Amino acid sequence: MLRLHYNLEKLSMGLVGAIIVAASIGGLVEIAPLFTIDETVAVPDDLRPHTPLELAGREIYIREGCYACHSQMVRSLADEIDRYGPYSLAGESAYDHPMLWGSKRTGPDLARLGGKYSDLWHVEHLVDPRSVVPASIMPAYPWLARPLDTGLLHDKLATLARLGVPYDEAMIAAAKTDALAQSRPDSDGAEAVTVRYGGKVAVRAFDGDPETLTEMDAVVAYLQSLGTLTEAPYRVLAEDRP
Amino acid sequence: MAGTLSIPERQIALLLSGLLALLGLVMAAAARHGVMVVHGAMALGLGVVLIFIVGGALYDPAPPTDRMRRYYDAPTRFGIVMTLVWALIGMSAGVWVAALLYWPEATPLWPATSFGRLRPVHTTGIIFGFGGNALIATSFHVLQRTARARLADSVSPWVVLLGYNLFCAWAVTGYLMGSTQSKEYAEAEWYADLWLVVIWVTYFILYLRTLARRAEPHIYVANWYYLAFILVVAMLHIVNNLALPVRLTTAESFPIWAGVQDAMVQWWYGHNAVAFFLTSGFLGMLYYFLPVRSGRPIWSYRLSILSFWGITFFYIWVGSHHLHYTALPYWAQTLGMTFSVMLLVPSWASAGNAIATLNGAWHKVRDDATLRFMFVAAVFYGLSTFEGSFLAIRPVNSLSHYTDWTVGHVHSGTLGWVAMIIFGALYTLVPQLSGRETMASPRAVEWHFWLAVAGTLVYVVSMWNAGITQGLMWRTYQESGALSYSFLESVRAMAPYYLLRTIGGALFLTGMVICVWNCRATMRVAPGAATDHPLVAQPAE
Repeated sequence: MLRLHYNLEKLSMGLVGAIIVAASIGGLVEIAPLFTIDETVAVPDDLRPHTPLELAGREIYIREGCYACHSQMVRSLADEIDRYGPYSLAGESAYDHPMLWGSKRTGPDLARLGGKYSDLWHVEHLVDPRSVVPASIMPAYPWLARPLDTGLLHDKLATLARLGVPYDEAMIAAAKTDALAQSRPDSDGAEAVTVRYGGKVAVRAFDGDPETLTEMDAVVAYLQSLGTLTEAPYRVLAEDRP
Repeated sequence: MAGTLSIPERQIALLLSGLLALLGLVMAAAARHGVMVVHGAMALGLGVVLIFIVGGALYDPAPPTDRMRRYYDAPTRFGIVMTLVWALIGMSAGVWVAALLYWPEATPLWPATSFGRLRPVHTTGIIFGFGGNALIATSFHVLQRTARARLADSVSPWVVLLGYNLFCAWAVTGYLMGSTQSKEYAEAEWYADLWLVVIWVTYFILYLRTLARRAEPHIYVANWYYLAFILVVAMLHIVNNLALPVRLTTAESFPIWAGVQDAMVQWWYGHNAVAFFLTSGFLGMLYYFLPVRSGRPIWSYRLSILSFWGITFFYIWVGSHHLHYTALPYWAQTLGMTFSVMLLVPSWASAGNAIATLNGAWHKVRDDATLRFMFVAAVFYGLSTFEGSFLAIRPVNSLSHYTDWTVGHVHSGTLGWVAMIIFGALYTLVPQLSGRETMASPRAVEWHFWLAVAGTLVYVVSMWNAGITQGLMWRTYQESGALSYSFLESVRAMAPYYLLRTIGGALFLTGMVICVWNCRATMRVAPGAATDHPLVAQPAE
């Protein structure tokens, strides 16, 4: 062996080849099967993709780096299930490009956040966290009151559709109007949003003002959607704990 | 820079500068608004500045004809300057965001200074800016000395360094403007990622061409590590960053991976950024500068072989230990855990080999702060690899994951190992490249050493306490079966540790400021050159 290595050290391309081989095996074994094994690729029947407004909120969540302090992955541990809700399933994030499982909880996990607080609470909490949670160390995001830029929404849905997210042509074509309509419950397009994305989609003036579509509307719509895109985790947990 | 190039090389450099300016112009013009305009303008600005520098010196006298018989150290010197600049940026951002966790009200109500945007400025500034520049700069030095040959050409080292720093600047300014992929330690958007691929290929070709000219039959261990660093980082970077841009004229993109596959690819990348960027490359540094500074040969050649292949083979498996108890299949978690534990063998073989190398030179460790930096680096390397294997064990991870223990672990590696070995290398290189025996102020090196050690210890110990406290508070039940603590109570319990951590970071930063001052003084006072010569001269064109 030592003799072999003694000779390998004299060949730069030999070293290059050996390094590539040695460093490829682990990745291939662990990553490749994830694309074929049922338990990882099974998508719950009732899983819906994010609405355009929620998607815009998700992009803001990413832009502001929220994922650095908040995970979206409830581990299958008793205390996490008791604190946050049913543990997360792989299928839940099947449409998430990228996933936002997170790696650190400076703040609590958000995987089951949807419906836990009112829209008004979220708005006040984002503008001034310490006004509702005095001990909070979260930064304030007052600039979310500015209008939402929907210019790229159409292209974003089209791009995600190309990557396999089930946005159909009608959804892509109506991306901008759906985003606006989801925050205006009394508008003409409001019903179309629930037709396209399902009856459980929240159609509300999330920031309390139906007149202008703001980044706050998008973020709150996204936060309220967390954990509500499928019922599967609740079903699975009920089967686990009869 | 231009003064060290021959006239034909200056013409090539001028052409490349023009192309860079053109690229920037096209980017800015095509994008019209948003982040890409700013980034196009940055490339344009850099291109124009380079045109002036190179163009202005185009017909200056050619460099001395014996330059081919010398090592080419000008790029290394530039790389060291950039290392120091990024250290100040990255560490200041780190101390500031640490302070924000203690004084959240201190956040200015201005998007660019928010915690979430500054955090990747800290991580990218340190890993890629500080660490990356140090690796590239030292690799040029080590490669030439161990191959006993001059760099294969004179223009591409500048392409690598300038292009790499443009990548870092794009990344960091992008985060401030809200442009991020959100993939940890790979936040830069698609066009910056493509740019880095081009730069990295140039780096690899330069490395191999120089190796091909070596006057030694054997390739020295340090180069194996630098090679693994270059190769595997390329592989990780490309696979993890595969993305579909929303439009070719916008910064926004979506990664092609989704959900659990994305999580696995991300942590395969994330942990191997630690392995091949923050470990392999720096072991290359250790394997050269430790023997040079201590005047002792590496203790065991066989152990070097064992640890090199062990690290290269085992590390790539361990990323899944970031996903214990998550929706990642159980078998993949188990594989990650198993290999993490096995990884302790090659890791401690490296650390042990380094420490055993100091046998017979312990009096130097006592007297020479530079060598002491390297010794402490090896000790922290051993400690944090032990901690890493320990934290990867599933039940331990159930407590530590998501807590500040992980943050403490990462910093014991980055402050204790990576930064310390960089300081050791800097204090060896800077005087040598300036043709001096010592740094301008050896006393300042001593001060830096103690500030760095104290800062690291305060930081790491406070984060251990913080993490274990969090982990226990989250899982404690009352007798009634209800959870004992609300999440908010665990946040409140962190305050003293977050304060201590800020103080630890500030101590470390203070040491860094002293280091920058000292390096500047050393490089300015004696603008000499290294006195050693390669065995083979590069043939003149």
